[in-house]
Amino acid sequence: MLKIEDLHARIGDKKILRGVNLQIEAGEVHAVMGPNGAGKSTLAGVLIGREDFAVTGSVLFDGEDLLALSPEERAAAGIFLAFQHPVEIPGVGNLYFMRTALNSLRRHRGLDELDGVDFLALAQERMKLVEMDQSFMSRSVNEGFSGGEKKRNEILQMAILEPKLAILDETDSGLDIDALRVVAGGVNALRSEGRSMLVITHHQRLLDFIVPDQVHIMAAGRIVRSGGKELAVELEEHGYAGVREPVPAATSMAGATR
Amino acid sequence: MSKAGEALLSRLAPGLDGDVPGWLSQIRAAALTWVTEHGFPTHRDEDWKYTRLEAITEVAFRAGTADSGDSRIGEQVEDPAVDLGGIRFVFVNGLFRASMSRLPAVADGITITNVAALLVGGAQQLAPFFDSVPGQHHAFAALNDALAEDGAFIHLGPGTVVDEPIQLVFLSDTAGIPLLASPRSVVLAEAGSRATIVETYAGVDGQVCCTNSVTEVVLHEGAHVEHYKIQDEPESAFHLALLDVRQGRDSRFGSHLVMLGSQIARHEVRISLDEPGAQVSLDGLYLPRGNQVHDNTVFVDHASTQCTSHQLYKGVLEDRGHGVFNGHIMVREGADGTDANQKNQNLILSDRAEVDTRPRLEIYADDVKCTHGAAVGQVDGEAILYLRSRGLSAEEARGLLVFAFVRDMVDRIELPGLRSALLNRIATRSMAGIGEVGA
Ligand SMILES: Nc1ncnc2c1ncn2[C@@H]1O[C@H](COP(=O)(O)OP(=O)(O)O)[C@@H](O)[C@H]1O
Ligand SMILES: [Mg+2]
Repeated sequence: MLKIEDLHARIGDKKILRGVNLQIEAGEVHAVMGPNGAGKSTLAGVLIGREDFAVTGSVLFDGEDLLALSPEERAAAGIFLAFQHPVEIPGVGNLYFMRTALNSLRRHRGLDELDGVDFLALAQERMKLVEMDQSFMSRSVNEGFSGGEKKRNEILQMAILEPKLAILDETDSGLDIDALRVVAGGVNALRSEGRSMLVITHHQRLLDFIVPDQVHIMAAGRIVRSGGKELAVELEEHGYAGVREPVPAATSMAGATR
Repeated sequence: MSKAGEALLSRLAPGLDGDVPGWLSQIRAAALTWVTEHGFPTHRDEDWKYTRLEAITEVAFRAGTADSGDSRIGEQVEDPAVDLGGIRFVFVNGLFRASMSRLPAVADGITITNVAALLVGGAQQLAPFFDSVPGQHHAFAALNDALAEDGAFIHLGPGTVVDEPIQLVFLSDTAGIPLLASPRSVVLAEAGSRATIVETYAGVDGQVCCTNSVTEVVLHEGAHVEHYKIQDEPESAFHLALLDVRQGRDSRFGSHLVMLGSQIARHEVRISLDEPGAQVSLDGLYLPRGNQVHDNTVFVDHASTQCTSHQLYKGVLEDRGHGVFNGHIMVREGADGTDANQKNQNLILSDRAEVDTRPRLEIYADDVKCTHGAAVGQVDGEAILYLRSRGLSAEEARGLLVFAFVRDMVDRIELPGLRSALLNRIATRSMAGIGEVGA
């Protein structure tokens, strides 16, 4: 479904991604872990079309050249990012925002738009997944939401927009254990055969709740190790220091299944 | 006075003969003399420096007459204010058009009529409202003194209430000859009376016309008037307006301004808080684009104690649009207990757009609470990316953010019919294609 090859990204002279290789198949959940500043959010940003970076390399999504698409075309193709820092948009109602987003995607896909009534029914159903109160829908997007509420709101959008590839960027950070359980429960409910996930996290803790098929360690702009979920446990015990030395490109692909 | 200014006056002056009461003839003559002596302001005048008045004085304007224009004007103009039901007075080129108006019966103690109808009977009660201008304000207000023949006259007797909004619709219709309309409206709200007044300005696309309007409002003790103004004239038009308000003890006045149209539009508000406890709230929204200039000039005079004034003006500047906020608060000596604030926020959408914001406080009293602030910003790039990542196009995302910026101003409009009409008007204007908006 997603195939990233030799992906580089820089801002000015600063190289941030330095040859990322990663392949995710339909239905798989991959975790990317790594220290602060490793380039995890940059990878997510490049995948959704953030324009800050000069990018080289190739990203194929369902065989299509993802890097040639605008952010909205990527969304229409089925890419979704739960932002590490969800944006507050004063004056735009949350419900209206989500309906507009869903209807934009439906238009792109040649589907009929949902009217207010149908959309509300859908939203109410999906809100249960993340145990979100309806009062959040009449507020402005993320405005005045607590950290945890913002993260739930991201997962709610994911539940409504039903992407093919969901990238979760530190969705767990700032959540207490109860909120983490709720968010993870929402994510797990959305796991399906046709939906892949790239879960970026600092903490092994999240992976107790969202069990990945593959774990990748990122450091200094590269994926330096890949393995099964036991890699996360190893990381927990030895810290990033033990896994930081780069491995040859060929083995860094080892995690990718064919 | 410039040659163009002289020529303008000489073309307009013949409109002055008419059959009017003696007191008005005198005021007209005095006003005309004043304009002749002082001339029209130029960009060198501090208060007019952003507005290219030459573009107006150089047009060969004539005064509108009863038979100028096209009688089917009502069908040609898309009315941006919708029909709010209730009282509706329509003026075409500054003159009352009875056939398009509606005046349901009003309660005892209330007079709602048009100025020309009063003048026939001598209209001594109007004199106090026409004596103000020369020297005190500026040339265009004086020109209105000299030329005004009609407008609305609203007299609310003590304790009277008009529940439904009183709609005043000013249409321009030149049928090819550049016309100057000079409506003069008067609102006298006696003690404890209450009303809502909606002024709408519109015209026919492509026609060159100029509206030079003056609205005078006097509020006695405890009176409360809400005033709405929607300026939606075509981009071929010019618009100059003065809203002059004098407030008595514990009176309340609310002004809601929406500037959409005209090539050059200037709306000036002058508030005089004459007696203790008067409160005023001034909202303004201006949305110049293309080559439009929207000039907002505000003067709030805290001349008494314990008065409150709030100003919130927001602008969205697109293309080569040019916005001006020139707000001046004066707190006179002894005006203790004054609570005044003034806020101006601007969103610039193009690097060729421009905004001049000049909030000014002048304070001569000690015990006062005054704040002011101005901000100029651009749309939030991170928010654009966020919206695009959810599937909105770049234009939709931008339009939605612009709409969100102006939205709270529209939400402050307390007339549901007007509010939803404006929401849709602004939505289609600034975010074409995004469909209906959540009300
Ligand atoms: N817009 C930017 N401008 C300059 N440097 C950036 C920018 N975005 C990210 N970086 C830098 O790139 C590196 C990787 O950042 P990021 O991808 O956010 O890391 P992570 O998400 O793994 O913590 C950091 O050193 C960060 O400072
Ligand atoms: Mg990050």
